[in-house]
Amino acid sequence: MNDMTPDRNERQANLKGLGSSRKRVEDLRFTQGKGNYVDDIKLEGMLHGDFVRSPYAHARIKSINTDAAMALDGVLAVLTAKDLEPLGLHWMPTLAGDKQMVLADGKVLFQGQEVAYVVAKDRYIAADGAELVEVEYEELPVLVDPFEALKSDVVLREDLDPKADGAHGPRKHHNHIFTWEVGEKEATEQVLDSSDVVAEEMVYYHRTHPCPLETCGCVASMDKVNGKLTLYGTFQAPHAIRTVVSLISGLEEHNIRVISPDIGGGFGNKVGAYPGYVCSVVASIVTGLPVKWVEDRMENLMTTAFARDYWMKGKISATKEGKITGLWCHTTADHGGFDACADPTKFPAGFMNICTGSYDIPTAYLAVDGVYTNKAPGGVAYRCSFRVTEAAYFIERMIEVLAIELNMDAAELRRINFIKQDQFPYTSALGWEYDSGDYHTAWDKALVAVGYDDLRKEQAQRVEDFKAGKTRKLLGIGLTHFTEIVGAGPVKNCDILGLGMFDSCEIRIHPTGSAIARLGTISQGQGHATTFAQILASEIGLPADSITIEEGDTDTAPYGLGTYGSRSTPVAGAATAMAGRKIRAKAQMIAAYMLEVHDDDVEFDVDRFVVKGAPERFKTMKEIAFAAYNQAIPGIEPGLEAVSYYDPPNMTYPFGAYICVMEIDVDTGEHEIRQFYALDDCGTRINPMIIEGQVHGGLTEALAIAMGQEIAYDNMGNVKTGTLMDFFLPTAWETPNYTTDHTTTPSPHHPIGAKGVGESPNVGGVPAFSNAVHDAFRAFGLRQVHMPHDHWRIWKTANDLGLHG
Amino acid sequence: MIPAAFDYHRPNDLNGVISLLQEHGDDARVIAGGHSLIPLMKLRMAEVPHLIDLQSISELTGIDSGSTIRIGAMTTQADIIDNASLASSAPILKEASLQIADPQVRYMGTVGGNVANGDPGNDMPGLMQCLDATFILRGPNGEREVKARDFYHAAYMTEREDDEVMVAVTFDAPKGGYAYEKQKRKIGDYATAAAAVIISKDGSTCKEASIAMTNLSDTPVFCAAASDSLIGTSVSAEDIKNAVNSMIDAIDPAEDNRGPVEFKKHAAAVVLSRAIERAWQRA
Repeated sequence: MNDMTPDRNERQANLKGLGSSRKRVEDLRFTQGKGNYVDDIKLEGMLHGDFVRSPYAHARIKSINTDAAMALDGVLAVLTAKDLEPLGLHWMPTLAGDKQMVLADGKVLFQGQEVAYVVAKDRYIAADGAELVEVEYEELPVLVDPFEALKSDVVLREDLDPKADGAHGPRKHHNHIFTWEVGEKEATEQVLDSSDVVAEEMVYYHRTHPCPLETCGCVASMDKVNGKLTLYGTFQAPHAIRTVVSLISGLEEHNIRVISPDIGGGFGNKVGAYPGYVCSVVASIVTGLPVKWVEDRMENLMTTAFARDYWMKGKISATKEGKITGLWCHTTADHGGFDACADPTKFPAGFMNICTGSYDIPTAYLAVDGVYTNKAPGGVAYRCSFRVTEAAYFIERMIEVLAIELNMDAAELRRINFIKQDQFPYTSALGWEYDSGDYHTAWDKALVAVGYDDLRKEQAQRVEDFKAGKTRKLLGIGLTHFTEIVGAGPVKNCDILGLGMFDSCEIRIHPTGSAIARLGTISQGQGHATTFAQILASEIGLPADSITIEEGDTDTAPYGLGTYGSRSTPVAGAATAMAGRKIRAKAQMIAAYMLEVHDDDVEFDVDRFVVKGAPERFKTMKEIAFAAYNQAIPGIEPGLEAVSYYDPPNMTYPFGAYICVMEIDVDTGEHEIRQFYALDDCGTRINPMIIEGQVHGGLTEALAIAMGQEIAYDNMGNVKTGTLMDFFLPTAWETPNYTTDHTTTPSPHHPIGAKGVGESPNVGGVPAFSNAVHDAFRAFGLRQVHMPHDHWRIWKTANDLGLHG
Repeated sequence: MIPAAFDYHRPNDLNGVISLLQEHGDDARVIAGGHSLIPLMKLRMAEVPHLIDLQSISELTGIDSGSTIRIGAMTTQADIIDNASLASSAPILKEASLQIADPQVRYMGTVGGNVANGDPGNDMPGLMQCLDATFILRGPNGEREVKARDFYHAAYMTEREDDEVMVAVTFDAPKGGYAYEKQKRKIGDYATAAAAVIISKDGSTCKEASIAMTNLSDTPVFCAAASDSLIGTSVSAEDIKNAVNSMIDAIDPAEDNRGPVEFKKHAAAVVLSRAIERAWQRA
């Protein structure tokens, strides 16, 4: 007979499943310095690579002389485009359907572009060798402004036929990449013409960079004996990297093993393929030795996937009562020298068409023009799920501008335009089907939590005091209600390089009732080893502590598209639940056999199957696991394993209400965040502690972006913010206190109702901080200024408004 | 961010340092905390074939505080912050040191390195000019003294000869009120504008005043006219404005990522006004 066991609640708690703030199992090694990052990998005979990079943003390469570098003791090879050309590797395909130089082929298109790759016995000799490579440049006119680039006679991409279509249709100009249109142009223009009120504004979301603590890098190791290439790297999508390496190198895919070890932050910066990977693979194939390449901080900031750089011209119309009637947006997107955005193939501007936000907008139109300039390529990184941050910033600014135009309270304007709870599933004017939401509840909760009405009274008094000369500080109340679109995505419309954006999980239950699960994703700090075990614990009734989660080795993990765009929980998390259910279904048959009843007569209860109506008769999952391996059960194969490849039926739509209360010193331009309230609704919450950590981190990144962080270029295309002295990365000192809160509106189509949360705080945080700055100056006539709101720009705003007397 | 090869020397006494400097001339540099020099070497903007580490030279550390204060060149900013006697005899040093970089940097960053390097972004040079400090340099012919107000010629160009080492700074314990006011973009940043002010009082009028500004020119700027303009006044709003206007005439800021010239001048005016107000309240 079975022993008397703990009661149901206790058994549930023991699993540490869904909803448990289980401590992160990864942190044991991270906090003890026992992580294993790419730069920790040291292989026998390993060589080191370093790049010669262009000091110019646009120049023709007259000559490259590698003699002095080759003569340096310890330098084994210096690769240039000429060396890669016979292999067809001097250019590589980008994720956006464009191609990109691996090493400068005749010219350079951005400062820091890779020109030559030096391979040496140690890292220092590689750097010395790089310094000895002599490159003769002829400077060409530089284009750093996308509007100018579209008018200029200067041809940036001489490799492209200006008359031929690009990857996304016709090109209008030799520096034009694509036009992407969604919605109804004429209908929207008619609505704008016939509405009571129209607000128009140019909203610029400046170029910035994710700046993960660990830069990008790899170790390529070609074993010439067995013909196998092992590639360790900071890859957010290791399986896709394997396929790409196979396609461009000609090596068969089974001969390539890609391993993403521990990754120190990604934020989208580590999705794409970089020249360093290709050069390291080639160098390893040529030398037969492992080759390591790891970027330094300046290389990471100056050359790898940037974020944003969207010029969003907007028009929003409404009735005089404030009901929005239409939204129009034309975006000029600065993609840099090559179009290397990591978007799903059919979405060259990502999911920018979520720009109707949380609002029931009947008619809308969006057009995006991609443009080449003399800046680094990339463009979809930074905790943003494919341009959702740009979209959220755009609509949340336009709402504020409309509120000014209507002379209305911006909180009330939002409230009367929210999509109502009974409208879900809701189809937006730009074509998305929002799965679920309850915006009014979240909004009201947020407004009450911060004491919104009192804040407005205090603000009005502050304006009076300021005008009376009693204070030099203004008070801004930054409102945001964002709706995200994450979890790419349904294979029918989401693929990257033809690879459907499903994800996967494979589970093996061991005889003694513990398990290993492998996924197609890869954690870069998200805590997958903790949270995926929790999903499984609730599904299969084994404690999360008894479940190992493994990711990132393409030889062992099932194929998946990786971790970015808040897709791990919506897609791989769903695969995990579905695979768990397959385990449970088989376990049910085993339990029924053991209990000598029909399959339908047992039911799952936390960590066991019980006979219906006879709860004292049960078999625990631990017992069932052993039975799967120790006895022959008629009609059932031995073992207990399952695999699921999950193709989500829809995206998920997390949302949130953020409010930032900010004090601004009009004289110095300094700010102080007095209060920041963040309510997130990410559907079912797997681990509240990890969600809180995600939100704190994302808000801090949002603070950085809104208040100072940028990749700035001068007119010559020089990067002005290439080090952490000038590129703002907040420390504990600059980081305000955050209050987090939540509502829970599960996704109706996700197996456990989870929606994803990794990107929400960045998406919603930026408009909240920026709106606070704008709101502080609203009483003095400010409509729109560009981020980042650093000291001198805030000072300039105050100065332009005549506030310095 | 990989430096070129260099030889590392770690002498145990100053004579050892000076003979290395004589031997290698331009090719040698001394290193104190390293927070200016190491990044320059990693960027290969400074080539230093011979790096002479001063950390084993015990005679360069230590703080003597009394009516005259002497701080050894290798004394760290953390040492200054922790020294209770100094905090009472010259509290402006602690106030300023707490605004330099972050605690990790302050455990390494030294007074000597900060003042000797000639980096216009460093806080200590302006502070030393405000205190009218004297720098003690030792070279092959022994020690000599240079006033902080005469030491700086241009960015990274100072009165120090290549074969001299900064040994210590000395100054009289300041009297009256003080303030070090610094605007910066973030922790660890150089000043957008910073002001060091010391004011003493005779009844309700200003007896003595000293003002120096940081990172608003290619050297620290001791503002003699602005300082003098306060003497004998009651430091009213109008008097402060006059001093600020004199200061603006003396600085020559350059545009950078912290903002355009016009903003820098504005920020300089704000920090100086606030510094004078605070120093006057404390006087």
